[in-house]
Amino acid sequence: MDWVKIGSALFLAAMLIFLFPRAKHAVQNSPKGSASDWMGFVLPMAAVVLFIIVLIALV
Amino acid sequence: MQPNTAIARSQTAIFETNKVIRNTYILLSMTLLFSAVTAFVGVVTGASFGMALVANIVAIVVLWFVLPRTANSATGIPVIFAITGLLGYGLGPVLSHYLAMNPSIVMTALGGTGAIFLALSGYALTTRKDFSFMGGFLMVGLFVVLGAALLNIFLAWPALFLAVNAGIILVMSGLILWETSQVIHGGETNYIMATAGLFLSILNMFQALLHLLGAFSGDD
Repeated sequence: MDWVKIGSALFLAAMLIFLFPRAKHAVQNSPKGSASDWMGFVLPMAAVVLFIIVLIALV
Repeated sequence: MQPNTAIARSQTAIFETNKVIRNTYILLSMTLLFSAVTAFVGVVTGASFGMALVANIVAIVVLWFVLPRTANSATGIPVIFAITGLLGYGLGPVLSHYLAMNPSIVMTALGGTGAIFLALSGYALTTRKDFSFMGGFLMVGLFVVLGAALLNIFLAWPALFLAVNAGIILVMSGLILWETSQVIHGGETNYIMATAGLFLSILNMFQALLHLLGAFSGDD
């Protein structure tokens, strides 16, 4: 394994350690969304997925 | 509270929000252009993956430890340009790889990222939906994709590589909605921090889309 891979692994591990308290805080303090709130999120995500499939088909 | 005072305060809040949105998009455009220039420099000078890693690490360290301390002053502007410039330079080797493989992949990924960003930002701005409820969900998603990416450095499974990149695109799409909603609803009042968040989402999405298109193009 070359030093770039080891460096990348250390970098990602550091990011995970740094992000952990923020992630914990966000999970504990985010407001709860209603079913309509989630629909408002799922629909654009579905559109993104379809768009990516179209792009993959184009290349 | 008098009704006129409430209306005046509400108008002030709307004016402030619009100012943050306008400044964010102006700064975002400028930083994207600047990072395109530094990415070009990275391609032309033949930057190695090692140099790109160092540029990325320096950029992230500055993003975490310097930007939050300077974002409320004029110093924040050169700092955000330094971060985006380094991240753009860090893209150099990946761009060189895909340009040598099939240049149309880079153009498709660029156009695709631009279209997704404009559509999602437009959706959040026009519907004015509050996506703050997604904060925890997106953080968990980010954690999962980063953990899987770390694992795949050692496993090197092609299927996991595709899954990680697909996951990054979805998480970054969610973060674009969330960040735009934060600006609209007053959760983010600093346009430099908002720019940093949106820039990272766009950059990560572009890179993940590049990997996905490269993997499915059959040229790799």
